[in-house]
Amino acid sequence: MTTEIQSKNTQIQKYVDLLKNPEKGPKKKRALARLITFIENGGPEAAKEIIPQLYPLTGKAHIIGITGAPGSGKSTLTSEISNHYLEQGLTVSVIAVDPTSPFTGGAILGDRIRMKKNFTNPNFFIRSMANRGQLGGLAMATKDVIHIIDAYGSDIIIVETVGVGQSEIDIFKSAHTTLVITPPGLGDEIQAIKAGLMEITDIFVVNKMDRDGADKRVAELETMLDFGENIQIENDYSQAKVVRCDGWRPPVIKTNGLTGENVPILLENIHRHFIFLEETGFKKKRLQFRYKHYIIEILKYFLVKNVEEIVFSNEKINEFIEKLLAYEQGSDPYTISEAILEVFLNRYFS
Amino acid sequence: MDRKIRLIVAKPGLDGHDRGAKVISRGLRDAGFEVIYTGLHQTPEDIVQSVIQEDPDALLLSILSGAHPVLLPEIMKQLKANEIDDILVLGGGIIPEEDFPALKEVGVEAVFGPGTKIQEIADFIRANLKR
Repeated sequence: MTTEIQSKNTQIQKYVDLLKNPEKGPKKKRALARLITFIENGGPEAAKEIIPQLYPLTGKAHIIGITGAPGSGKSTLTSEISNHYLEQGLTVSVIAVDPTSPFTGGAILGDRIRMKKNFTNPNFFIRSMANRGQLGGLAMATKDVIHIIDAYGSDIIIVETVGVGQSEIDIFKSAHTTLVITPPGLGDEIQAIKAGLMEITDIFVVNKMDRDGADKRVAELETMLDFGENIQIENDYSQAKVVRCDGWRPPVIKTNGLTGENVPILLENIHRHFIFLEETGFKKKRLQFRYKHYIIEILKYFLVKNVEEIVFSNEKINEFIEKLLAYEQGSDPYTISEAILEVFLNRYFS
Repeated sequence: MDRKIRLIVAKPGLDGHDRGAKVISRGLRDAGFEVIYTGLHQTPEDIVQSVIQEDPDALLLSILSGAHPVLLPEIMKQLKANEIDDILVLGGGIIPEEDFPALKEVGVEAVFGPGTKIQEIADFIRANLKR
């Protein structure tokens, strides 16, 4: 077993070294792909061997999140957007997340089909990932994977998530700019003022603009945005789950992903948003927020692992359990867990 | 928990029939695999690029046009050139039995023709993984 781990770590080291090499080529691409596999399969245990070595190379990419209902045209539009960036001579990577079956654990990852045009472009990289049952649509490993791709040297990273809809806040925590694709014919104004997805959007894209109802959809979204601007309510946003960007009204842009119509306008707006983030300082605020959550996720993993190990290997736990069985005041599971937590935190944080 | 096994199902060449590839993809999904389907009309370069980037455990090539004696060895050659030797490569579709040995020679581990049970393919993949 230990030799197995050793050989895995030697392999990881080989690929990390290849990735650090500034020279691009198929070998470096394969190293990137192999490292992603290690993280997908090994989780935080593998990531802690990889990320610390690559972290200094990160922080350069513009990360764009794309989400929206299934069939709204996310992959096709992602392909079009990628084309434009590639034509500008930029390096583009796409992480395409598709759902895992809750019944079998299997998945069909079909986003590549829409991106055939650039399969062999050396400046393009696509990786399909199954979300492996994570709610919110972003696979748990995605944050780590974004960092590896950033270290690889991608100017643009597009994260295309499962189109589950309204609870897609996760992507907002990882991306600089979040696009929500909403084609005509899905829902009415009430959908547009519902909480969640609609609130985290930086740019609305009404894709399939050639279809009936596209202008109506644009009007509904603009009305929703007007509501938001005219209703002023005192609220304490310090506990908010995301960083609100005051001063940015999300543009609503009609596109046709298949023909590429209006995609240049979309790109201009993505760029405008990035400049806005930098000039207003929101970029830093969002990053601080993102890393807070990143750390919390990592801590949760290792704390749970430690707590389980300590609780199950500690004799003292039996004393606590005995107390529980007395069914007395102060011997309930909550009071006892709190007592254990105090001991635990004292040991590790003081 | 067993680790997830990733597969690519690809259609090399010019034949336009992918019902079989889709049935296989769906069936293997139901068998618990993560299946990346890359669509019709793939060149060997396309397929090898997909393999480099997706890093699958196995590559399943479905071909009905009769071009397998040319395309499959070409794909194997390019995989080799990229030092990819730890993935399982399988063939499927309409491939005459007398061509099996030549394909096996270049590294296509097995060929599954019409009528194969998906369970059989799933079991074969699990038993013959190279990593």
